[in-house]
Amino acid sequence: MSEQFPPVLRESATFDRLTIQEIQRAAETGIYDIRGGGTKRRVPHFDDLLLLGASVSRYPLEGYREKCGTDVVLGNRFAKKPIHLKIPVTIAGMSFGALSANAKEALGRGATIAGTSTTTGDGGMTPEERGQSQHLVYQYLPSRYGMNPDDLRKADAIEIVLGQGAKPGGGGMLLGMKVTERVAGMRTLPIGVDQRSACRHPDWTGPDDLAIKIAELREITDWEKPIYVKIGASRPYYDVKLAVKAGADVIVLDGMQGGTAATQEVFIEHVGIPILPAIPQAVQALQEMGMHRKVQLIVSGGIRNGADVAKAMALGADAVAIGTAALIALGDNHPRLDEQLKAIGSAAGFYDDWQNGRDPAGITTQDPELAKRLNPEEAGRRLANYLRVLVLEAQTMARACGKSHLHNLDPEDLVALTVEAAAMARVPLAGTAWVPGQTQY
Amino acid sequence: MKTIDLSSASVRELNQALHGDVQDREWRVSRPDGKHNLAVGINQPLSVDIDGHAGYYCAGMNQQASVTVHGNVGVGVAENMMSGSVRVKGSASQAAGATAHGGLLVIEGDAGARCGISMKGVDIVVGGSIGHMSCFMGQAGRLVVCGDAGDALGDSLYEVRIYVKGSVQSLGSDCIEKEMRAEHLQELQALLNEAGLEHKAADFKRYGSARQLYNFKVDNASAY
Repeated sequence: MSEQFPPVLRESATFDRLTIQEIQRAAETGIYDIRGGGTKRRVPHFDDLLLLGASVSRYPLEGYREKCGTDVVLGNRFAKKPIHLKIPVTIAGMSFGALSANAKEALGRGATIAGTSTTTGDGGMTPEERGQSQHLVYQYLPSRYGMNPDDLRKADAIEIVLGQGAKPGGGGMLLGMKVTERVAGMRTLPIGVDQRSACRHPDWTGPDDLAIKIAELREITDWEKPIYVKIGASRPYYDVKLAVKAGADVIVLDGMQGGTAATQEVFIEHVGIPILPAIPQAVQALQEMGMHRKVQLIVSGGIRNGADVAKAMALGADAVAIGTAALIALGDNHPRLDEQLKAIGSAAGFYDDWQNGRDPAGITTQDPELAKRLNPEEAGRRLANYLRVLVLEAQTMARACGKSHLHNLDPEDLVALTVEAAAMARVPLAGTAWVPGQTQY
Repeated sequence: MKTIDLSSASVRELNQALHGDVQDREWRVSRPDGKHNLAVGINQPLSVDIDGHAGYYCAGMNQQASVTVHGNVGVGVAENMMSGSVRVKGSASQAAGATAHGGLLVIEGDAGARCGISMKGVDIVVGGSIGHMSCFMGQAGRLVVCGDAGDALGDSLYEVRIYVKGSVQSLGSDCIEKEMRAEHLQELQALLNEAGLEHKAADFKRYGSARQLYNFKVDNASAY
């Protein structure tokens, strides 16, 4: 090799450094990698859409002056006591076990200040979150850990979980280091076991059975509680139709960007679809059944700011849910924790080993010393602030589009920046009237 | 005794009545005709007799009540029961006693697949045989089978104690036969007596968890 042409190190696109490292790690350990969070790969998302502000053909509403409503009623199809929220941003289901009791309490506090709901998770309802949550949705999961009719009656709504966006079709695993005496006691398990959560319900299979199960839950709670059905986005058109036919009041649709407490990396990155193409499929299913806006649609998976909220609602969602963003608002991955995160092999902004219970923020842990670092009142206030910002941002954009309520946003307020996003979201490519797959170019 | 005739009353009316502040402690349900969700979510010490066959989730999530079905039941009888007792005079379909936390479930006939799946503290006594994958991921409580057990009994078991009088077609992963000690003979005989089934505890074998799969080890991957 001459001095004029020094060797150039060329990284393989197929076997890049991350891939090589993963092969080496697998060869060394013989076990797949587990982590928390949702997909890290770039997928078509709300960033690939733009809102069309008003001009001559539409007129805007005055920012900060003219009213732009944000409230949403969930579950008024069959339930005697539907939920009326002030804002259309809810807190997604996350378990006590995956999260500390202080973190669960903080989620309840923040949601209540902002006028929205929070949700239990695998392992049951804690007094802390019930006590601090004005609106609490009780998840009914395949494992039924901690499930009991007393808590069912205490809930404001019931969410039957069929899957989540990070792992549609997959169960869960709470590693033994987080199965402390309290967690094990709530789940009727030996302390320290790797707790497996089932991937499907133990006493029903298929949509016809689901209808009977929904009827049972309604009977037990005397038809008071809204019944949500949560699905991980994979075949949302069919899943939504079947869930509505089975009697759901509300559909919760979670895309692959939605987080998990602990799942195989390969599962998170390769199963399910992003929330962007999932929403139009779900809305189409609801519209064909004459149920759009009658059965409400809550979408989640990668909601970060008010623009995401506005775009999701413009595509037809009635509300959104946040999980990962809520944890960040509480204090997850904060820069002040950088040194402590580096000490456990990560760094602020990158920490995703939520499964191992060593979170220095005191959120994804059951270690009492770590957990007490999170002040639930302060963390709750941070979450409430963040929720307010999401709503203010969404209102700002809705007013610019001439909308007096966030629910008045519609697909005509959107265009796409890429052909892929246009096809998935079923809105025109910016500057054209072309909706790939729907209209001729 | 208060009687509700389901040929004229609805399931909603039945359950609403059983959830209410009632004077009568004894209830009779006639003409159930296989309807689903009968006597679900009761939370008071009532005695309920269902005169015929019931569908899915009969006596689901029961607390305190004693429910007797004079017939067969569908899927998930006494699912997630917390306390009280449920007796089925006939046979039960799949997932009998699924995830139940407490109380006593007696099935005088046979039970289908996945009997006692994910049970969390309930006692289940089956007079006849049970189907495959019974007690899958069973966490706590006791399962007594006076007949035979199907394939993969007690797969991925946690802490349920299983007693079987007849044959076991196969044991599931991590489920093994265990020594029948005096305390086991004693608790089994008490359960049989409480269930009103005339069998001798000494004729049963005990099965439980080998506890080898409690923490995931890659060397055990072939067990799944």
